[in-house]
Amino acid sequence: MTATTTSARSELSELGRSETALRTFLHGLPGVDQVGAEQRAAQLGTRSIKTTAKAQAIDLAIRMVDLTTLEGADTPGKVRALAAKAIRPDPADPSCPHVGAVCVYPAMVPYVAEVLRGSGVHLASVATAFPSGQAPLEIKLADTRAAVAAGADEIDMVINRGAFLSGRYKEVYDEIVATKEASGDAHLKVILETGELATYDNVRRASWLAMLAGGDFIKTSTGKVPIAATMPVSLVMLEAVRDFREATGRQVGVKPAGGIKTTKDAIKYLVMVNETVGPDWLDPDWFRFGASSLLNDLLMQRTKLTTGTYSGPDYFTLD
Amino acid sequence: MSERVAVRKTYKLFIGGKFPRSESGRSYLVQSSNVSLASRKDARDAVVAARAAVKGWAGATAYNRGQILYRAAEMLEGRREQFVALGIPGDEVDAAVDRWVWYAGWADKLAQVYGGANPVAGPYFNISAPEPTGVVAVVAPERPALLGLVSVIAPAIVTGNTVVVAASPSEPLAAVTLAEVLATSDLPGGVVNILTGAITETAPTLAAHMDVNAIDLTGVTDAALATDLEVKAAENLKRVLRPAPADHDWSVDPGLDRMTALLETKTVWHPKGV
Amino acid sequence: MFEYAPAPESRSVVDLKPSYGLFIDGTFVDPTDGDSFKSINPASEEVLAEVAEAGPQDVERAVRAARKAYDKVWGPMSGRDRAKYLYRIARLIQERSRELAVLESLDNGKPIRESRDVDLPLVAAHFFYYAGWADKLEHSGFGANPRPIGVAAQVIPWNFPLLMLAWKIAPALAAGNTVVLKPAETTPLTALLFAEICQQAELPAGVVNILTGAGDTGRALVEHQGVDKVAFTGSTDVGRAIARSIAGTRKKLTLELGGKAANIVFDDAPIDQAVEGIVNGIFFNQGHVCCAGSRLLVQENVADRVLESLKRRMAQLRVGDPLDKNTDVGAINSAAQLERIRELSDAGSAEGAERWSPPCDLPDRGFWFAPTIFTGVTQAHRIAREEIFGPVLSVLTFRTPAEAVEKANNTPYGLSAGIWTDKGSRILWMADRLRAGVVWANTFNKFDPTSPFGGYKESGYGREGGRHGLEGYLNV
Repeated sequence: MTATTTSARSELSELGRSETALRTFLHGLPGVDQVGAEQRAAQLGTRSIKTTAKAQAIDLAIRMVDLTTLEGADTPGKVRALAAKAIRPDPADPSCPHVGAVCVYPAMVPYVAEVLRGSGVHLASVATAFPSGQAPLEIKLADTRAAVAAGADEIDMVINRGAFLSGRYKEVYDEIVATKEASGDAHLKVILETGELATYDNVRRASWLAMLAGGDFIKTSTGKVPIAATMPVSLVMLEAVRDFREATGRQVGVKPAGGIKTTKDAIKYLVMVNETVGPDWLDPDWFRFGASSLLNDLLMQRTKLTTGTYSGPDYFTLD
Repeated sequence: MSERVAVRKTYKLFIGGKFPRSESGRSYLVQSSNVSLASRKDARDAVVAARAAVKGWAGATAYNRGQILYRAAEMLEGRREQFVALGIPGDEVDAAVDRWVWYAGWADKLAQVYGGANPVAGPYFNISAPEPTGVVAVVAPERPALLGLVSVIAPAIVTGNTVVVAASPSEPLAAVTLAEVLATSDLPGGVVNILTGAITETAPTLAAHMDVNAIDLTGVTDAALATDLEVKAAENLKRVLRPAPADHDWSVDPGLDRMTALLETKTVWHPKGV
Repeated sequence: MFEYAPAPESRSVVDLKPSYGLFIDGTFVDPTDGDSFKSINPASEEVLAEVAEAGPQDVERAVRAARKAYDKVWGPMSGRDRAKYLYRIARLIQERSRELAVLESLDNGKPIRESRDVDLPLVAAHFFYYAGWADKLEHSGFGANPRPIGVAAQVIPWNFPLLMLAWKIAPALAAGNTVVLKPAETTPLTALLFAEICQQAELPAGVVNILTGAGDTGRALVEHQGVDKVAFTGSTDVGRAIARSIAGTRKKLTLELGGKAANIVFDDAPIDQAVEGIVNGIFFNQGHVCCAGSRLLVQENVADRVLESLKRRMAQLRVGDPLDKNTDVGAINSAAQLERIRELSDAGSAEGAERWSPPCDLPDRGFWFAPTIFTGVTQAHRIAREEIFGPVLSVLTFRTPAEAVEKANNTPYGLSAGIWTDKGSRILWMADRLRAGVVWANTFNKFDPTSPFGGYKESGYGREGGRHGLEGYLNV
């Protein structure tokens, strides 16, 4: 790390002490022109990824999947099956890599932990009164500690959108700091719920706020509101982590979640990562897909590439 | 060998891109075919469908709307014989095709003719541009059944309005067949909704409906009914097009009036300074 | 780490003949007194086809055919029917767009992504747009009964061969004129395919005539006595010569010439989008764009940051095979143009500007030039004054809005300009003061058939596109 980034980093770490300083900083970030950002994202979506590049992208995408189930109807049996699938997504093909993580509610963590132990697959738990975050801070922190205690090594928290949208940035900041502390050694992913943030300017500000407060990952969405991850939103977040690393030397990961269902979608994201932040982020440690149905499509496309025949959903296990 | 028994067509309403029967279950007989007799509820359903379509249609690019209207011309040309079989003269079908083409071209031109920069006396950028008024209720002319109908629908929708049309009660078959043309022209469902039946039943509902922005009374021939409808329309200040004179010549160049009557003008001010 | 495998668009959709004649009076004919030349693929230097070069007698035949068609068929025809022919052409272009796009990339060297996503959609849209005017001329604001001019001689450049053809032919035909068009000598092939489309549309013979050839053919056409209207897009020098040559005649002239556009970035700009706009402004179509944003004027307090982002972005540009769907920057159109770009770039270095290009492997055959920027450029440098017409950007800085305006306007050209700032009132203040025919704010290189395009000062006169684009083809 250079001397400038060290001093910049310490300056930035001071920001969280005052509402005014935070506001001045966040509102001083360059604006995002909606039309331009959307056009750039669409343009990246026109790349044609074929043959060897496609095979490579599919395996990378599989390794980046946070295989997710966040339903009231989840059962120990269902999440155990999901965890087994995470370790060996294609039972017929041992060369198929395992996914990045399994992502479940805190109550399901113990059952998943049993299965994943020693597999290299991470265990993510949503926490902080996911998905709305509408609970007292103490409860949110207890939620987090419980998930970590039960074996989660990644915590997906939600920010307080009400506080953010009404401009109470310090409140949001303090909550993230507290959750980070409650997470202990677990990696903290901060869900911005971009579908509720209304503008790309807000997405950029929320991204910086989460990173300043110590988030290890910024994540687009809970998947529980109508608008989940989009290419332009993810583009703005990628630009934010790129600029943040330049300013502070610290690298933060990005996780688009929700709405990414096909291999084609996933490859578009990988192209965007490649051309926006570069190969440093093309790794499951720095980029994840929050998805449930994506994995099966990746597996079907993978089988197509290895066997030359299109497969069908009947040949892969349902989540 | 016996003569083949023909399969007859059922003539239904056209609402929200679908072809439902009247919810009232009623029909009436025209040219040996049963045609749906639309109810007040059907009229209200059609307004809901038209309203739902406004956002997408008004928000589509002018170029896209023009392409779709041109597509309607292509599809109508291809079904020429079907209209002739209903008794529409070939010349009238041709004129109706040409009318779609004429209006299609207006989609991306009207703003340049009907809007523009205003040289206000001050450091301001000031521009006026037309916008569609919203949902338009239309009483189509009794005849010519096809050319008259196209001549009232096309100018309303080309600018981004959506319409609920009360078709000619005596010659509704052309209207339902035109709906089939529109349903295969990439026109989004709900942009054009067509009700067959009695004007006296549907028109008052549409005229009084508070979620309708304008009413075109072109096809109303009864002066007392026209006045009554205009009075009802006044409740939410609908834009009103009055009935056409009985001898109106539908074959001549229609001019811009039918389009501009269904537009709002929006003027935007913005300061200029460093 | 994530290498994109080659993704070539198939050439098989294009059925090239070994040689092409001239398109006169509805048929392809051999030249009477002309010669022939070869059109090559600038990405490989392979010969694509042999093309006729029209001589003076061929020009005579073509102009006569256009005159006859004007007098007998096209002039008297109703606007409604002219519209239908133009709509047919628009539809055929849409239907054959893949074929046209591949051929355009083969002959011109531009990336298939651009010919497919930009050129062809705009070409079709342009014909659609003007088709709609053909039966509405009395509403166009040029009098109650606007009349066409007659026979139009049209000479177009090689940078957007088919798009420039559309910009010329569509309004001319809509207004009721007939045309003789000469495509550029390095890119004649899509114009010849367009001639086939005219046949397919059953456009009456003589309404559109295509004469291939070089400068001499163009000169003979423009100077022909039987021509009523001249429309030219190309260099300012040739435009000036044309203006001289038609002096004292009845010919009406529109010119769309060179440019040296300023792309002005303020410190409150949306930086990431501005960087995209700078890249699009100068590297789109290899910088072979008359309205290219070839001078970047960046406010000094964000200059370092913008340049750093720009360089990072430039490193992502993929230079190479125009038919690869992932190529961003294709081949330079000709050896002569490559030479000119090299000469001016060398002058930039010699005059003391600092030159930078991202590392990039250029193919061995064909004409290539890496995306390049020069920093530390002053207004006096040749690279800040002369049109390079290549992927070369000159970067200058400014301190105040007034200084930005002064520098932007300090050129004989006046085609376009760009402004990047989040402040709306500043955009409009700047736009009022910029002497340029098109001003883009927080975007760049946007085109639409409804939007008039053309220059101030030595960038030419007359406008193409929109309602205004009819004026050049009407007797007003």
